[in-house]
Amino acid sequence: MCSLWLNGFISLNKGLEKLVSTEAKVSNTELSRLRWQCRRGMLELDLFLQGFLDKSYNHLSPEQQQTFELLLETPDQMLLDYLMGRVIPYDKEIADVAKQIRLAAGPRT
Amino acid sequence: MNIAIRKFDTLVIGAGGGGLRSALQLSQADANVAVVSKVFPTRSHTVAAQGGMNAALANVLPDNWHWHMYDTIKGSDYLGDQDAIEYMCRAASHLVIELEHQGVPFSRLDNGKIYQRPFGGQSQNFGGEQAARTCAAADRTGHAILHALYQQNIKAKTHFFDEFFAIDLIKDESGFILGALVLEIETGEPLLIEAKTTLLATGGAGQLFRTNTNAKINTGDGLAMALRAGIPLQDMEFFQFHPTGIAGRGMLITEGARGEGGYLVNKDGERFMERYAPHAKDLASRDVVSRSIATEVREGRGCGPNGDHVMLKLDHLGKEVLDKRLPGICETSRTFLHIDPVEEPIPVFPTAHYTMGGIPTDRYGQVVVPVDTGEEAIPGLYAVGECACVSVHGANRLGGNSLLDIVVFGRAAGNHIIKHLKENRYHRAIDDASIEQAMEHLHRWDKKGEGESVPQLKDELQTVMEQNCSVFRTQDVLQECLNQVLQIESRLQNVRIKDHSKVFNTARIEAMELENLVDIAVATVTSALNREESRGAHSRIDFPDRDDKKWLKHSLYYKDGRRLEYKPVRLKPMTVATFPPKVRVY
Repeated sequence: MCSLWLNGFISLNKGLEKLVSTEAKVSNTELSRLRWQCRRGMLELDLFLQGFLDKSYNHLSPEQQQTFELLLETPDQMLLDYLMGRVIPYDKEIADVAKQIRLAAGPRT
Repeated sequence: MNIAIRKFDTLVIGAGGGGLRSALQLSQADANVAVVSKVFPTRSHTVAAQGGMNAALANVLPDNWHWHMYDTIKGSDYLGDQDAIEYMCRAASHLVIELEHQGVPFSRLDNGKIYQRPFGGQSQNFGGEQAARTCAAADRTGHAILHALYQQNIKAKTHFFDEFFAIDLIKDESGFILGALVLEIETGEPLLIEAKTTLLATGGAGQLFRTNTNAKINTGDGLAMALRAGIPLQDMEFFQFHPTGIAGRGMLITEGARGEGGYLVNKDGERFMERYAPHAKDLASRDVVSRSIATEVREGRGCGPNGDHVMLKLDHLGKEVLDKRLPGICETSRTFLHIDPVEEPIPVFPTAHYTMGGIPTDRYGQVVVPVDTGEEAIPGLYAVGECACVSVHGANRLGGNSLLDIVVFGRAAGNHIIKHLKENRYHRAIDDASIEQAMEHLHRWDKKGEGESVPQLKDELQTVMEQNCSVFRTQDVLQECLNQVLQIESRLQNVRIKDHSKVFNTARIEAMELENLVDIAVATVTSALNREESRGAHSRIDFPDRDDKKWLKHSLYYKDGRRLEYKPVRLKPMTVATFPPKVRVY
């Protein structure tokens, strides 16, 4: 029982380390570069993307972070359709990140 | 001075529709053109224009350019320059067809002609029946135009400097504009772009106000660059507002919501529009509704912890009606507020939408300033689009005329520059003092230490402007606003940024954007304080009427000494008779 608990603790710690290391991988410069990519031609996109970058980006897995970057390549109007949920992206991973961005949008806190 | 230098025939600052249309005209004429844009070109704010572009094609209902001209002049509350308006309305049809040939997929009628939709302010036969004048590519006309123009520019070999921020214009002692100092955002390195002609196409300044419909990039950079170069800004008191934007966030809630039976309430749950407009109530004209909302908030009847908005109630309409007739509003509210209008009201406040004022130009896009009894062009400088004031929108812009404005005058400026380049074949000697001044402006943000923060001061500026210079304007309120904005201007000296890195230092860009906004705020409030009348979007409670005797003239604000001058409205069109000012009734 005790060893199970210990194992659980160790794996939790490893999980935390992984989280911390994911965050550490994204340098401030990289975040600044992304912040600029989140500056778009439409208010709605600014709110979606900048809010998500501030609140949630660091909690994405490295793969999801790459998908986020890929999503930023989408032209503005199409991106708005994705984020408002009017169009579901064909690529499942992009669709998943788009959904996360939509769900993370909300009132100013 | 050790700065990298590039030389071009023309430098275009801003890659929205206006900048790209000019650049295309020039590149197609084999001019060597550089376009500088702080964001990737197809992320410019033109992409957000949904409505369409006016042109009297007469595909749906009878129409002609002269009726369009009348509507635009009337819409401008007679402050628009009639020669420029005639030029724009005459050119419109040709340019819509040209855009289609350039790749804009305009929506079609069954007979194959371009579809046209009716918009507010459009009439047949000089104020008669509703006209249908707006050509649209579904609900994404701006997007279609921007992408088509970008691709055409790539084909024409326009040189793009993506993600470069323009700092200041460079000029010599004789007043010639010689290009601009720009900053490569990726590397943090300055670059001097020398050009025989420079065109500003940097868009509007919606970020002046807390609640606005604009993208965050709309910080009026070109307007402030012009001010710093000693050029005045024209008619800055005229800023278009929409009565119902989502409070603090800005997105538009269409009038259709009130048309379907929605109504506004204050913190006591009172349907207050009944007091201000007993007959029309919530469907009174935009300015009346906007001012009523602002009055409720000012008099302490606003909702929320800060009492800074009112509520738009829609729940009584029922889920079925809301989902069927107002799906967009429901979607926006659910997504960005986590409020379902079926159950709860939406917090709203007037939202800033369009900058009618700007850098004064003639109809060729040349920046002009008054001298003696006439006007003189600033040699080598042009401006088009929302940052310019040509002035076709006067005191109030009509829907569908802004996309038209950027295309018509983008092309006209391009043509004039081609002529100018033929007559001015060589770059003038560069002026070191002007470069040093621009570099000082940039290095000001290298100062380290403790100080106020950029986001906080920007927030304060936007709140002050929203509370005191939006739709509720009186002498006292505007004077107080000016005092507060001047305090913010002086506090700007104490602002420090914490990030002093070079690569993608967005803090530095945001600091320079704030500087720009502060300059424009002073221009806007000063112009509004001095104009003692109500005209178009400028609505003074203490001077409720339009006063053509005293005020049928354009304001010109100079940064130097914060002084104002005035110049007459150009009432004489190019070929037709003047439309004399009349009472504006719809």
